[in-house]
Amino acid sequence: MEPYATHDYDVVVIGAGGAGLRAAIEARQAGLRTALVCKSLLGKAHTVMAEGGIAAALGNVWPEDNWRVHFRDTMRGGKLLNNWRMVQLFAQEAPERVLELEEWGAAFDRTPDGLILQRDFGGHRYARLAHVGDRTGLEMIRTLQFRAVHLGVDVFMEVTVQRLLTDAGRVAGAFGYRRGDGGFVLFRAPAVILATGGFGKVWKYTSMSWESTGDGVLLALEAGADLIDMEFVQFHPTGMVWPPSARGILVTEGVRGDGGVLRNREGRRFMFDYIPEFFRAETAETEEEADRWYTDKKHNRRPPELLPRDEVTRAIYYEVKAGRGSPHGGVYLDIASRRPAEYIKARLPSMYHQFKELAGVDITREPMEVYPTCHYAMGGVRVDADSAASTLPGLFAAGEIAGGLHGANRLGGNSLSDLLVFGRRAGLYAAQYVQALRNHPQVALDQVAEAARDLLRPFEGPGGENPYALQAELQETMQELVGIFRTGDELRQALDRIAVLGERLQRVRVEGGREFNPAWHLALDLRAMLRTAEAVTLAALERRESRGGHSRLDYPQADPEWGKVNVVVRLRNGRLELERVPLPPLPDELRAILEERG
Amino acid sequence: MALTEVKTDAVAAAPGGRTRTVHLRVWRGTAAGGEFRDYTVEVDENAVVLDALHRLQATQAPDLAVRWNCKAGRCGSCSAEVNGRPRLTCMTRLSSLPPDRPVVVAPMKTFPVIKDLVPDVSFNYEVAKTMPVFRPGPKGPDGRYRMTQAEVSRIQEFHKCIECWLCQNVCHVIRDHQENLRHFAGPRFFVRLAALDMHPLDTNPREELARFARDRAGVGFCNITKCCTEVCPEDIHITDNAIIPIKERVVDERYDPLLWLWRKVTGAR
Repeated sequence: MEPYATHDYDVVVIGAGGAGLRAAIEARQAGLRTALVCKSLLGKAHTVMAEGGIAAALGNVWPEDNWRVHFRDTMRGGKLLNNWRMVQLFAQEAPERVLELEEWGAAFDRTPDGLILQRDFGGHRYARLAHVGDRTGLEMIRTLQFRAVHLGVDVFMEVTVQRLLTDAGRVAGAFGYRRGDGGFVLFRAPAVILATGGFGKVWKYTSMSWESTGDGVLLALEAGADLIDMEFVQFHPTGMVWPPSARGILVTEGVRGDGGVLRNREGRRFMFDYIPEFFRAETAETEEEADRWYTDKKHNRRPPELLPRDEVTRAIYYEVKAGRGSPHGGVYLDIASRRPAEYIKARLPSMYHQFKELAGVDITREPMEVYPTCHYAMGGVRVDADSAASTLPGLFAAGEIAGGLHGANRLGGNSLSDLLVFGRRAGLYAAQYVQALRNHPQVALDQVAEAARDLLRPFEGPGGENPYALQAELQETMQELVGIFRTGDELRQALDRIAVLGERLQRVRVEGGREFNPAWHLALDLRAMLRTAEAVTLAALERRESRGGHSRLDYPQADPEWGKVNVVVRLRNGRLELERVPLPPLPDELRAILEERG
Repeated sequence: MALTEVKTDAVAAAPGGRTRTVHLRVWRGTAAGGEFRDYTVEVDENAVVLDALHRLQATQAPDLAVRWNCKAGRCGSCSAEVNGRPRLTCMTRLSSLPPDRPVVVAPMKTFPVIKDLVPDVSFNYEVAKTMPVFRPGPKGPDGRYRMTQAEVSRIQEFHKCIECWLCQNVCHVIRDHQENLRHFAGPRFFVRLAALDMHPLDTNPREELARFARDRAGVGFCNITKCCTEVCPEDIHITDNAIIPIKERVVDERYDPLLWLWRKVTGAR
């Protein structure tokens, strides 16, 4: 085979968003040789798009807040399907991780007495999100990026990892290609951390970039690791609907946190009609009470616009379906009539800019039109709560590609703190794993040769298929058949179509050379997209109930029996297999927290 | 509209907008050479330049190299020169360009090209490795740092930078004089230095930051033509709020007579 570059590291981190950067920092701080590999340029990962803030019970705005309340909110938001130990660690450690960012130079908005300001978000009892206007993710990624570079983490930009290498059931390295010149790269390393983010690009309308193709899902499956909770996909309630070219771009939940409300075409605040029993005791019944809550949380209950995202998404779906939608098929998100223009511009500068530039809408004067957009995957690689270790020795996962923390539905703001808490833990435990190794795994050259052959396959197909067209058909299929609401029949149809697309992918023949050739890159990414789509659809077919980010029209209720198990997906002999595994038992002291008044 | 059907999330899409025909003239090639090629594509009426490039990629030029990520002006990946003006292609609406002429798209000129619209911007990441690091002072007795919103707002302007490299691309200190690359960090890094210099918690000795700005970053090369400020998609006042204060800092550190006397007496640098 052709020559390839070889690099030796102790820890290789795949993905340079918040989780990957934080993991690399921790491994490097432990003194290990650390590589960070990313598909884009450094600092462009999807974390940069995070808007609202980092949820952490700092108690700066509401001293009543603490990790126990955050634990309770997160478990309830996830419909109690979360891994309780992950939630506990997460809620306890998130404040330290935010303060650490400040120590590394992040400049959060401030309270009047100079502390980190916190804002309201859906599903959170208290104002809890540390933020920088509506560009918190940018602040976070820059702070981590500067820190990682300063510490001497080696960054391999625009490199795509195609395959994990194993030696006798342990990780031995990773193999991939440089996007710029098409050359091959081998990383020899006993520990690999997956921080590849989500896989929203499998759907048509998404807030995610080209990168979110589920690479981590495919890498983990093919290396033999388990996935969990793949059926739970979050459709964020508020994505742009107009113009068509901007469809799916996110509108931050901060708009609602800062006082914005949802209205149908009749002007009605329809969320009051959709308060589920599970949240009734903690949700305001009247507009007056809801409006008072922003300034007096002790004596009033949360506005229904700030219910967890899955609830709001379903409500918008029903309003539009009932014919009460806006002209372009969404609903109205109105902050213009509720807050002064200066306040809106100060709190939501990116939203102001985004609507002005892309839609010609001034959000300080007019309502926005919004509809749900695919936003987040709750499921992912099955990990140990404390160490972020996958079921394959030497393979760790953190951030969106890891499953378990968010259960059936993620609360807004919990993603950024997830990246920090479990990014750090993945780096820490990967370092410990490497330091404790007695004999190092060896890279098998036949695995390398096979991966190299796979990489070149798209240049050798018989032709007649266009990777862009296949991607579009997959996205249509998933949007139509595996969207917000699902049925068994449609899920089975989706599986058939995914299988056909897989066969058609074999026929793709890419034209042009290996230098920065996006058609080649896409043909390779499509392997991951198809496997991811299949895993989500199979898990969705398996779970015969509705819960959080998984709603079945044919099983519209939550089923207490299904509330006791997670669905695990693994690849065996080339086929995906499913297993129902019981939730880890919840200790009594944590159960008591769940039963406290909300 | 299919709103009455059972499923709406696939079909609740905006009813099809009108389309427009776009004539594109796109630079195609590699470091070895290239040329402008003409294409015609159909896109939504409200589309941006990046939409037209994606359409071109999907239908006629599958190997067209373009960088992009967020498609919302937030990540700074899709910088290019549109009709000769450095822009984010994702935030440039086709309706804002003259309809009677082709839309000319070329890669950023200052950086070596890799392929088509993708330049080699590694210079910027090399400079980033040399930058001084934030060094905070001690925390308050309660283990917390305190800053006012006014102090924070001042540096938040600089933290808005999305590293699109458009300011680096238009700065003629490097655009017209590649030999300056070795001595000149460029506007993006003056913004970073200003953010560090004005960070209320930072304890780097100010004379060291000034010396870095002068000797390593080469702020003296800048002759304040404000090209960088004009192209900044985040509206950062690069020249007025970052570069000029740094230049003043450099001058103060060099010519402050009291400081001069203090150094003379104590032998301090």
